[in-house]
Amino acid sequence: MSTHQPPMPQAPAAAPDWQAAPGGTYSGYSSPIPIVRTHLGHALASEWTKIKSVRSTMWTLGVFILLVVGIGLLAGVAVRSSSSDLSGQNPLSLGFFGLLLGNMCIITLGVLTTASEYGTGMIRTTMTACPSRGRVLAAKAIVFFALAFVVTLAAASFVAMIQASLLEGHGARTPSTGEWLKGTVGVSLYVALLGLLSLLVGSIIRHSAGAITIMIAAVLAPLVIAMFMFASSMEKIRQVLFEYSIPNQMSVFYANSLSDSGPSGWDPLWIMLGVTAAAFAGAYALLQSRDV
Amino acid sequence: MIELVGLTKRYGEKVAVDGLTFSVRPGIVTGFLGPNGAGKSTTMRMILGLDRPTAGDVRIDGRHYDQLKDPLTYIGALLDAKAVHGGRSAYHHLLCLAQSNGIPDRRVAEVLDTVGLTAVAKKKAKGFSYGMGQRLGIAAALLGDPQILMFDEPVNGLDPEGIHWIRNLMKSLAAQGRTVFVSSHLMSEMALTADHLVVIGQGRLLADTSMAGFIRQNSRSYVRIRSPQRERLVDVLHEAGITVVEAGGGTLEVEGGKAERIGELAARYGVVLHELSPQQASLEEAFMQLTAESVEYHAHAGPMEVPQDWGAGWKGA
Repeated sequence: MSTHQPPMPQAPAAAPDWQAAPGGTYSGYSSPIPIVRTHLGHALASEWTKIKSVRSTMWTLGVFILLVVGIGLLAGVAVRSSSSDLSGQNPLSLGFFGLLLGNMCIITLGVLTTASEYGTGMIRTTMTACPSRGRVLAAKAIVFFALAFVVTLAAASFVAMIQASLLEGHGARTPSTGEWLKGTVGVSLYVALLGLLSLLVGSIIRHSAGAITIMIAAVLAPLVIAMFMFASSMEKIRQVLFEYSIPNQMSVFYANSLSDSGPSGWDPLWIMLGVTAAAFAGAYALLQSRDV
Repeated sequence: MIELVGLTKRYGEKVAVDGLTFSVRPGIVTGFLGPNGAGKSTTMRMILGLDRPTAGDVRIDGRHYDQLKDPLTYIGALLDAKAVHGGRSAYHHLLCLAQSNGIPDRRVAEVLDTVGLTAVAKKKAKGFSYGMGQRLGIAAALLGDPQILMFDEPVNGLDPEGIHWIRNLMKSLAAQGRTVFVSSHLMSEMALTADHLVVIGQGRLLADTSMAGFIRQNSRSYVRIRSPQRERLVDVLHEAGITVVEAGGGTLEVEGGKAERIGELAARYGVVLHELSPQQASLEEAFMQLTAESVEYHAHAGPMEVPQDWGAGWKGA
């Protein structure tokens, strides 16, 4: 049987030591491919290829833009055609409704970025290619956050500009620079952070449907529960749930919050930043300790 | 070179891998053999740093897997063909892996060509047949042109043409001086491809030997004889100095390849033979014997085995 003998090298140049020292200095095969010391940049390029080469990215972001722009324009047109006056309100606040619904798309994309790799088994390939698990998580987080922020900023700014021009002369006041900043960059950072939180929850839960459910519940549940807290003894809890619910925190960026107390100014962004940082630490620790 | 030292993995109470110590040497194909559930995949996952060992250590050329900065140019692995995002094309799947290790993009086209998937490079992986998925996994393993290759049950579910292709691929990879480590639960497959053999059962090392040595030790050849004149035949053979063993079912067995001699003796002494056949115990049998006690999931098919002395107590009474 030919398999009894170790096969002879076909190209003796590739393994010159084979006959001389089979066990010792034998260096084996050496590839013509240059050895590269990889860094975060390689992981970023890889994650960027990944996120743009699946259809779910196109779908979720497509629906997101459709919702933000569509609902934003509808709200603008509706207010413009109604007889009532805006009586000095911020016209940018009409962008809120589209973004509130659009959140669901960003949440879904965020969760899928991590959890779908567990669902498909791709994560084993990913972690084999890049054994530094922290680097994988960081690359996913950066690529997703950048994409979500840019897309949200573009959609929100477009809607804001349309609304500002639509409602000029309908009693809406001209927004200040600060209001412009909060209504575009501020709220976009908030939405992208919410998406990043979803990405981290996806990495912790490792199950797409489960993580999406958790995130949507986190967005809606506090508000819905608060709505049905009729007893006066619960007034305090009800107030907190209202004020710190994600929809209300988002509306703070347009300065039309449900209440006068609670977070104001840029507070919601710092709160979300804190929560996301904590989730990142948790996801990182679990990623290190668990088997893939 | 892959070195395992006392590698152990426990899942709660269950021990999946139990103190494995062996090395995988370069330039040859090392077969990793064991019945289903023996811990082969778990071992391979620990080599790749996917599972953390409960105890022990595994190193690749002296380093832990997660110390490798560009692992794909060092070690390529096919763990399971399903470790792919089905919505991504074969090309993009390989591209994102190449990028993560700083491998030039042109390698993607090269490996797609090597495994014969160029025509479907832009197709989504979920539309691939099992064999195509297996080829994509092998393309990923070859992407970094690594010196070590690891395949987990690569021929599973492949058609004969695909099996033939993989066998030749593994041999040529080893012939180039690479380390090839391949798992299987089929001894016959290993006999065709492997030069060295590591056998495990229930997570424990059962054998670590050269293939040739294993074959020499385990492939017993003998002659099976059936004759209506058994006693006479035994006497004849005994006188000629041939040791005969009684086997079950009225047959006799003689060690070694002495069929001609026995035939001549029988003819000379006028003994009628009904059967005179040289036999070779298959490697599969040797493997089954080796792992018999460690098989995790026994099938209970067919009629239940009745112990020979079943009912002896009351039957005699």
